[in-house]
Amino acid sequence: MSKKLVVIGAGMASGRMLETLFDADPAAYDVTLFNTEPRGNYNRLMLSPVLSGEKTYAEIVTHDDDWYAQHNVTCRFGERVVHIDRDRKVVVGENGEVPYDKLVLGMGSTPFMIPLPGHDLDGVIPYRDLEDTERMMGLGAKTGSKAVVIGGGLLGLEAAAGMAAQGVDVTVVHIMGHLMERQLDPAAGYLLRKALVDKGITVMCNANSKEILGQDGKVRALLLDDGTELPCDLLVMAVGIRPATALGEAAGLATGRGIHVDDQMVTSDADILALGECVEHNGAVFGLVAPLYDQAKVLAQTLLGQEATFVNKEVSTKLKVTGCDLFSAGDFAEGDDREDIVFRDPARGVYKRLILKDNRIIGAVMYGDTADGAWFYGMIKDGTDVSDMRDTLIFGPAYQGGAALDPMAAVAALPDEAEICGCNGVSKIDIVTAIQGGATTLGDIRATTKASASCGTCTGLVEQLMGTTLGDDFVIPTDQAICGCTDLTHEALRRLIKSQELKSQEAVWQELGWQTLNGCHTCRPAVNYYLLADWPLEYADDPQSRFVNERRHANIQKDGTYSVVPRMWGGITTPDELRAIADAADKYNVPTVKVTGGQRIDLLGVKREDLPAIWFDLNQAGMVSGHAYSKGLRTVKTCVGTDHCRFGTQDSTGLGIKLEKELWGSWTPHKLKLAVSGCPRNCAEATCKDIGVICVDSGYEISVGGAAGMEVKETELLCKVATEAEAMEVICAFTQLYREQAKYLDRIYKWVAKVGLEWCKEQVVDDLENRRALADRFEVSQSVYRTDPWAEQARPEPAKQFTPIADLTLEAAE
Amino acid sequence: MSWLDIGPVDQIPLRGARVVKTRVGCVALFRTAVDEVFATSDRCPHKGGPLSEGIVHGRAVTCPLHNWVFSLETGQAQGADEGSIDTYAVRVEGGKILLDTSRFEAVAAA
Ligand code: SRM
Ligand SMILES: Cc1cc2nc3c(=O)[nH]c(=O)nc-3n(C[C@H](O)[C@H](O)[C@H](O)COP(=O)(O)OP(=O)(O)OC[C@H]3O[C@@H](n4cnc5c(N)ncnc54)[C@H](O)[C@@H]3O)c2cc1C
Ligand code: SF4
Ligand code: FES
Repeated sequence: MSKKLVVIGAGMASGRMLETLFDADPAAYDVTLFNTEPRGNYNRLMLSPVLSGEKTYAEIVTHDDDWYAQHNVTCRFGERVVHIDRDRKVVVGENGEVPYDKLVLGMGSTPFMIPLPGHDLDGVIPYRDLEDTERMMGLGAKTGSKAVVIGGGLLGLEAAAGMAAQGVDVTVVHIMGHLMERQLDPAAGYLLRKALVDKGITVMCNANSKEILGQDGKVRALLLDDGTELPCDLLVMAVGIRPATALGEAAGLATGRGIHVDDQMVTSDADILALGECVEHNGAVFGLVAPLYDQAKVLAQTLLGQEATFVNKEVSTKLKVTGCDLFSAGDFAEGDDREDIVFRDPARGVYKRLILKDNRIIGAVMYGDTADGAWFYGMIKDGTDVSDMRDTLIFGPAYQGGAALDPMAAVAALPDEAEICGCNGVSKIDIVTAIQGGATTLGDIRATTKASASCGTCTGLVEQLMGTTLGDDFVIPTDQAICGCTDLTHEALRRLIKSQELKSQEAVWQELGWQTLNGCHTCRPAVNYYLLADWPLEYADDPQSRFVNERRHANIQKDGTYSVVPRMWGGITTPDELRAIADAADKYNVPTVKVTGGQRIDLLGVKREDLPAIWFDLNQAGMVSGHAYSKGLRTVKTCVGTDHCRFGTQDSTGLGIKLEKELWGSWTPHKLKLAVSGCPRNCAEATCKDIGVICVDSGYEISVGGAAGMEVKETELLCKVATEAEAMEVICAFTQLYREQAKYLDRIYKWVAKVGLEWCKEQVVDDLENRRALADRFEVSQSVYRTDPWAEQARPEPAKQFTPIADLTLEAAE
Repeated sequence: MSWLDIGPVDQIPLRGARVVKTRVGCVALFRTAVDEVFATSDRCPHKGGPLSEGIVHGRAVTCPLHNWVFSLETGQAQGADEGSIDTYAVRVEGGKILLDTSRFEAVAAA
């Protein structure tokens, strides 16, 4: 007679196990199958296509009534097992007992629900089974429905995309900085977010849920930490799963995070086996189906008395959202000797990254073109040595075996119909025809074919084509690229950030085809500056992309200490301020106090740990950061002017203070120094500043482009105005022009030499409307940046970053 | 190995660093954009620049004083510069940073 086998849970894992078992020996066991869900085995993975309407439930059933009948399975669907009695070897279901010779546990896992206030309201659901799916589909039937999904992982996004496909207005709330952070790096996360936003889904990252608000026992809205309220008719929580261990634990089986099993899938009781998401094997728990299928095979073989061993392998992830092709596999965790290979194709929205260690691929992330995913995944699993194909590896299997590519030869070898310019759909033959028709410069090509005229990333390709077609007649221009991370020049980068409306670093890296993951110390500060200058309200300044001085808001010294320079508006100070500075110098043992060349006082040699405290003290006395460290406004030097000087023509001190109060805090391409002198004797040395004002009887002479550093240059006259108000507006407008146009790290004199003083005059002197618009844009930016960074950093939480994270010298001494 | 819990990993900003004071000088803990943590000596072999104050890019850091670039994995200076910094074993478990302190203790005992 066959032995009695009881299986708890008709899930993905146990279903596969039964198939293997019956294939090998249909008569070995008499099977009873329990399932809490009122149905048998179906393909849980396919719930997402059901939700989005691409499939029906009937299409995803894997085992139907016929199948169970044919294999003599006693089905107890809709019945939960409540107890396992190991002594009597019986399983207790809600409707009665069943004895077993062998028992298989396949209970899967339970979705984790964050215990936020309101989590038990009606309309707060997980995403796990058909009931949940139907609940979400029901929302699509009503027009104007809103849903919030907490969790930007695999499940949450499939739920969001599915509901959006049904016409629901969906918002995803994710606590981390980018979506699917466990499977994707920030670059792929950026592309994914973009695709979802294109589908009409609202995506909020770095968002913390605080409370679920209800009305009459039903969910009404989600409240975030920052006070934002997101109204919703349904709230789906997809924040993780917990192995379903309760039954096993109650029966006294060894459990950790999951029910412990050995390599043969046997639990601590020799007659009880387990598989799927409810188990823990060698410290690992499971959340994807691939390893579960391996477990299913091993478990079936064990039941049949055959030798088999489960080995946990790397898993790969795909997201089942139409139009979002992503793939990730392997390991991104820390380790030694790793290398990245990065490939980006902005025109097609493609990103690929391989992580190598000891000449073997250990991880792969791909977005947009995942065709080679399986190939890379195979090499990860096999540990293939890739030294021989390193150079062309990222291009996939199609490129292997050939010699290394010469870019010119590669372009020459492209077929006529190959698309060169993705933005305008221009193929190679169009460009070659244009060249044969007489085009000899890039400008000609742009005019005749539009190639390289939009985003410009194909410029290199077009030039190479001109090179191969025109031969020696064409010399490929070699403009200075910013750094090794890109072929773009600063000018091209600035143009593209504006024309393509790129508003995040990830957008720049991806859309402009950066060759490194997140830039380097040369390009990243520039990119950070351009983004904040062009999108002051949308882009948030990134301290991690700033040189140490600008991140610490102090100048680093050669011994690693810092200098602290408080602002003295227009060079004016008071006895109280001086006393506070003296007190601070005493309190923090400042070794050197020096009067700077910028009319203020420098406290040199302050320890990093003391910075927030000394700032706090100076703040208390009403002083703020002097930005002596920034690519931004430094000082506005003044002379005494009409207040005291017998030659003074205007209130130069007063104008200097006004200008400093207007401009302080602003970030500029390089540092910005101003001065205002009360008469042409020019005691404030205004004619060697970036912007200088000389007061005369009839008004104010504004001159620009001076320098007194590595080069000494006299300013040139920009214009003369009659009133203080006009002087202020011209200076703000000119500063904004500089902020919007100049290359990062060009002082004003260098920039003016490139664009010409005449052009600057046209922009801010002759064209009054433009002057006003520039000044207005400056004010918008200043509404964000005219603040004291010291006050910000001296608060308790940010101040922690100035201290060591741990001090082991004390511990060792104890 | 002797793993010591240094604290939660989110105390280090992404693409940033913090220091741990030890008997052998400051050790810098770096956290990269993709959330890996590395530990190296905080002292630049060129002129002693505090590496924890540098810009972290990819798996490398640029010294804040004169822009030498070091691999956080191997400790080797990149490009034309020659020199290296010590690297220490570190891992993250359950959101906690675990640093192998055996090498500091060995020095302390010696
Ligand atoms: C503190 C001060 C010297 C002093 O004791 O007076 C100073 C100190 C430094 N200057 Fe300066 N400059 C100081 C006024 C000047 C002046 C005079 C002025 O502003 O009227 C100039 C010439 C005017 C000019 O800028 O054209 C000046 C031209 C430079 C330059 C050359 C800039 C150029 O484009 O040619 C640099 C290098 C750079 O910025 O790349 C520089 C860079 C530096 C740095 C920040 C070097 C560095 O990167 O570490 C010095 C920081 C020292 C420290 O450890 O704190 N400093 N520096 C002055 C601070 C003024 C203030 O109150 O903010
Ligand atoms: C919407 C969705 C999409 C997914 N997409 C993918 C994907 O694309 N790729 C991938 O690899 N993985 C995916 N997964 C994960 C995958 O579905 C699971 O890893 C897999 O289903 C786990 O199989 P299992 O047999 O362990 O558990 P389950 O399939 O969950 O089956 C367990 C069954 O046991 C029943 N049960 C529990 N307790 C009892 C009890 N006491 N008595 C009786 N019955 C009980 C449950 O009702 C359930 O039906 C997805 C999951 C979901 C929810
Ligand atoms: S002149 Fe040179 S040494 Fe003196 S403060 Fe300026 S940068 Fe430093
Ligand atoms: S001290 Fe590090 S580069 Fe000079």
